[in-house]
Amino acid sequence: MALFGLFSGRKKTSAAAAKERLQILISHERQNRHGPDFLPDLQRDILAVVKKYVAVRDDHVSIRLDRAGDASVLELNVTLPEN
Amino acid sequence: MATVVTVTSGKGGVGKTTSSAAIAAGLAQAGHRTVVIDFDVGLRNLDLIMGVERRVVFDFVNVISGEATLNQALIQDKRLENLSILAASQTKDKDALTEEGVGQVLEQLAEMGFEYIVCDSPAGIERGATMALHFADHAVIVTNPEVSSVRDSDRILGILQSKSKRAKEGGKVHEHLLITRYDPARVDNGEMLSKEDVCDILAVKLIGVIPESKAVLKASNTGVPVILDDDADAGLAYGDAVARFLGEDRPMRFVTPKKQGLFSRILGGGD
Ligand SMILES: Nc1ncnc2c1ncn2[C@@H]1O[C@H](COP(=O)(O)OP(=O)(O)O)[C@@H](O)[C@H]1O
Ligand SMILES: [Mg+2]
Repeated sequence: MALFGLFSGRKKTSAAAAKERLQILISHERQNRHGPDFLPDLQRDILAVVKKYVAVRDDHVSIRLDRAGDASVLELNVTLPEN
Repeated sequence: MATVVTVTSGKGGVGKTTSSAAIAAGLAQAGHRTVVIDFDVGLRNLDLIMGVERRVVFDFVNVISGEATLNQALIQDKRLENLSILAASQTKDKDALTEEGVGQVLEQLAEMGFEYIVCDSPAGIERGATMALHFADHAVIVTNPEVSSVRDSDRILGILQSKSKRAKEGGKVHEHLLITRYDPARVDNGEMLSKEDVCDILAVKLIGVIPESKAVLKASNTGVPVILDDDADAGLAYGDAVARFLGEDRPMRFVTPKKQGLFSRILGGGD
């Protein structure tokens, strides 16, 4: 343990890892928060439709709402499996 | 006009009830007529922390449903003449807390001359918690320097900013961040999020940092709000937080590791 300590100076601490994970997660959650309430349902429905045609994993479909000027843009990303 | 101060967090076990008791006692000590209400219907605990568990006859739900008057249900604190306690119901279900009923009780408390109404929110985002949030003028967000607590605090901030009465009327609830169970030595070692980290992530003004302290368990064992313990670091830190809430400028204490002198090491001291 003591030996490890000598070298751990440059290694990222667990607190730094916690902060980084939280910042990513929370910025994502805040984005969804400002979207309309139906966004999660819409995502679920779209996923079901896509799945009728291609076998995609749940986390390979992402849907987000971005504000561009005075309009909102609904962005749908589907990562299709190879072949 | 009474000011409603809701103590909330989303996550359970982070120190809401400990903080509600301390803040209410601190406001009363500062000369303000204060009442502290337990919103945790079914899981009453504030009465124990305040040391009034044997004096509860009627509770919050009894008052809402008209089975008792506020005067019958309010428990006058024996240490602080400015402080009263309204206990949660132990038996009735959460749906008893209607918006109309809670609103009426708060209004009546204001008419009785209470300046501060401190609401001890239950964990979660169910009825008791949303009712406590709904009427808030100020919200004290109790957060432990730990990932799930910080995330839940952010959820609660979202609810405050969209679903509270003030938000719906186009206004804003005053938000204050209270970090509790802080261990400066572990922060120094990079094992715990620092107060700056938590502030960065949540972007809420810090009102206090309460150290992890043995005095808190001792206080709850004896039913005395920890803020009344002048020898305890946590008690003094709560005192500072209340002073800041009331507009005073105070430096943060107990945020750097304690230097263990030879003396305290021999005595096995600490707190
Ligand atoms: N600063 C602190 N130091 C040590 N223990 C604490 C501190 N704050 C709270 N606790 C302990 O944590 C537990 C949960 O506290 P409580 O106030 O009941 O939280 P909540 O109301 O959020 O569920 C209790 O056992 C309490 O004694
Ligand atoms: Mg509690």
